[in-house]
Amino acid sequence: MPILSRPSARWCLLAPVPLLSLLSGCAPWALLDPKGHIATQERDLILLSTGLMLLVVIPVIGLTLWFAWRYRETNERAVYRPKWAHSMTIELVVWTIPCAIIIALGSIIWVSTHQLDPYKPLKSAQKPFEVEVVALNWKWLFIYPELGVASVNELTIPAGRPVHFRLTAERMMNSFFIPRLGGQIYAMTGMQTQLNLIADAPGNFDGRSAAFSGEGFSDMHFKTRALGQSDFTAWAAQAAKAPKPLDLAAYNALRRPSTATPPALYAHVEPGLFDRTINTFMIGRMSAQEAKRALCLPPATMGERN
Amino acid sequence: MFLGKLTLDAIPWHEPIIMGTGVAVALGGLAMVALLTHFRLRTYLWREWITSVDHKKVGVMYFILGLVMLLRGFADAIMMRAQQAMAVGANPGFLPPHHYDQIFTAHGVIMIFFVATPFILGLMNVVVPLQLGARDVAYPFVNSLGFWLSAFGAVLVMVSMWVGDFAATGWVAYPPLSEMGYSPTTGVDYYIWSLQISGLGTTLAGINFVVTILKMRAPGMDLMKMPVFCWTSLITNILIVAIFPVLTATLAMLSVDRIFDMHFFTNEGGGNAMMYINLIWVWGHPEVYVLVLPAFGVYSEVIATFSRKPLFGYSSMVYATSSIGLLSFLVWLHHFFTMGSGANVNAFFGITTSIISIPTGVKLFNWLFTMFRGRIQLHSCTLWTIGFMVTFAVGGMTGVLLAVPGADFMLHNSLFLVAHFHNVIIGGVVYGCLAGMTFWFPKVFGFTLNEFWGKLAFWFWLIGYWLAFTPLYVLGLMGMTRRMNHYEDLSWQPWLLVALVGAVFVGLGILAILVQLAVSIRDRAQNRDTTGDPWNARSLEWSTASPAPFYNFAHVPTITSLEQHWEDKETGRAWVPPAAYEDIHMPRNTGAGFIISAFAFVLGFAVIWNIWWLAALGLFGMIGTFIARSYDRDTDYWVPAAQVEQIEKARYALMQEARP
Repeated sequence: MPILSRPSARWCLLAPVPLLSLLSGCAPWALLDPKGHIATQERDLILLSTGLMLLVVIPVIGLTLWFAWRYRETNERAVYRPKWAHSMTIELVVWTIPCAIIIALGSIIWVSTHQLDPYKPLKSAQKPFEVEVVALNWKWLFIYPELGVASVNELTIPAGRPVHFRLTAERMMNSFFIPRLGGQIYAMTGMQTQLNLIADAPGNFDGRSAAFSGEGFSDMHFKTRALGQSDFTAWAAQAAKAPKPLDLAAYNALRRPSTATPPALYAHVEPGLFDRTINTFMIGRMSAQEAKRALCLPPATMGERN
Repeated sequence: MFLGKLTLDAIPWHEPIIMGTGVAVALGGLAMVALLTHFRLRTYLWREWITSVDHKKVGVMYFILGLVMLLRGFADAIMMRAQQAMAVGANPGFLPPHHYDQIFTAHGVIMIFFVATPFILGLMNVVVPLQLGARDVAYPFVNSLGFWLSAFGAVLVMVSMWVGDFAATGWVAYPPLSEMGYSPTTGVDYYIWSLQISGLGTTLAGINFVVTILKMRAPGMDLMKMPVFCWTSLITNILIVAIFPVLTATLAMLSVDRIFDMHFFTNEGGGNAMMYINLIWVWGHPEVYVLVLPAFGVYSEVIATFSRKPLFGYSSMVYATSSIGLLSFLVWLHHFFTMGSGANVNAFFGITTSIISIPTGVKLFNWLFTMFRGRIQLHSCTLWTIGFMVTFAVGGMTGVLLAVPGADFMLHNSLFLVAHFHNVIIGGVVYGCLAGMTFWFPKVFGFTLNEFWGKLAFWFWLIGYWLAFTPLYVLGLMGMTRRMNHYEDLSWQPWLLVALVGAVFVGLGILAILVQLAVSIRDRAQNRDTTGDPWNARSLEWSTASPAPFYNFAHVPTITSLEQHWEDKETGRAWVPPAAYEDIHMPRNTGAGFIISAFAFVLGFAVIWNIWWLAALGLFGMIGTFIARSYDRDTDYWVPAAQVEQIEKARYALMQEARP
């Protein structure tokens, strides 16, 4: 739908929107200062919807204060109609105005929700860069299947290339959120969700878990580094030389709950680790061979610590 | 074995904040008992209040429960604000995560279940039968039982502070975090059982009011002649009856997951935590309308009375209220657009949610046009209403913004969301309850509340709300998510400091209300309402005396008009003493509600600590008392006409003095 892919400058035609855009220009507010195509569209959607609703909200607030003052008890000059309590015309108007706004907003919701569906691949000449995300207690594991490497609590992606995330959680539900790149999505145990984002230019962006997941939740944040082509290639080469491999033993060590874990790199990721994490709970529902492949370790409880 | 999991280690000896509060509460309790004994009030308390089935007294007790728990919930709030104001960078603040997590969980649970809900139920108890021209609710004993169940639920939450701990999961206790593997202490069990017990009370209250409103209206009062507050109460109670069983069932499943290792919501064994999230919001979203609709009713009564005009668009109001009730069942998924449902599902729930803003907007316009061409008295009740209209318009807008899935992906779980629901709950529910308290206080106690302190409270609350929560909107736009114990981003701290100042203002607002109550009780002689109609109001409750006699109306009125009392005043039929009095049939007080609830408390506490013999005792105690009560044939009595005549004559004499 073209509405949402238009350049954002045109939104300024809507009366209240420039005001808010102004705010976005001067303040380092993450949501109003997006660094990716998705986040930009979502910012514009926030501004557009707010502007649309302000068309009613501002008059209502204004009228409330004006009526309260105008018809105050001591103002003998104001008209007083002690029995007046019904007017078909006014009733029609007060039902029509919100209806009209909601018809407009409803259309925007329908279109934008499809437009911004997190599962929808981004249009690009380049193939998306794949990242598999596992929310562990309480740290983020990023697996880069293309490169066969992984990182903890630091995400590195190529700038200007779409990124396709597949997400799951090892135990606790979390929500994966990089405000400057776009909206969040839950990472849930035994399930997979997807998210498509892009960083328009190189930069460092804060990311964190947005869904409370217990004791170590507040430290469950990570830096996202979007790197230009040469930097990214250099990083990939460096990661491949990381001293530790992410084999089952290393993964099981990572699964133990820990707080404020420092960023780390892993070379040689055990193949299929992400899918096997999702399938942990499918044992008993799969063939013996599949079960053997799945991780069959007792669930890590809060009691065990690193 | 004898005491289950309960040992002396369950008491948090090493926590100075908790133990200090414990000592203070213990001393306060002892002082209270000593005072009651000294003034020989213990029997009075038991006979006139604890065992009372009078809807007005039950309503007052609900309100007292709400006020007491408001203090606790506010203490939690100020600690959270203080923690977030300081805990930046290397500073861990003064609350370690486990304690902080319990505080924000308890804050949410207490404010919704033990402050807002009791306030709403208290108002409905006081007002609904009087507005209907009824002598009590349909089931007076069930009413008393419902209140005591809520009260003992609250006691269970308070006990968790000193014996064991409270849930550290957030107020809706999502699994898997709330499952045994990840919350092994008794905190979540306290959460479950306090809500099960109080939720049972709320369900009973809901049934009671639906029946009362449908069956106990005065002759001639058809549904479209019923005051708007009764309409909003009717819809609220229908919602309660529909949704609280869902909460009970959901928590029961979580409970058997925890106690008997079942797998409703754990991945092991094929359960699914997302089912819990769906179910809890099937209850949770209509619940916010349960709270806000009666508040809308209060504003409707207040704005008409103090604008000296009938409510504009009565039938519009009724249809708007009913459609909000219906639509509230079609929106629950907007609490988790980020779960990864497809675009069609998300868009559907986004649109249904935004549709709710249509009837809500109509309501705002109707209040506006009630003020239009009125003679508005800027009483503190009016101030609360105007403050609400301004504040709620913003809260409604941010709510609809959150209903746009593409925007919600950004704003979900952020402080923007926290600001939004405080915007509608403080600006909608709390302002409404405080307006309602001021408005109907004279009807229960016979004297009006002090206006100076009332207005001061309003300004503190209004400034406090805006100072405390505007920064949270901003922080949400800055990307700060909720429930953080500490954070790295230095640019967030100034806003959190402002929010702390706002919370202090809200605290002053609460203090002003307590002072208002104290000052008004001190000056009750000057502020006595001898007319029964201190505001020159419009509906039936103002036609009887203040305080309303225990039988409410000497004669059950006959209704011919929507604003019966106003019409009677216009036509000179108001306050005309009847020619003769009649015997009045009234329910007798009973301690059964209190005793059953006390056993329910024992049951809850015992299950929390796995003390099975005690749990059996609690359960059989409940059932036994209930059976015993069922065999009690002496549940009602007649007030002789002579006594009614004596009470009424005294009242008319007083009124003559007041308006010769």
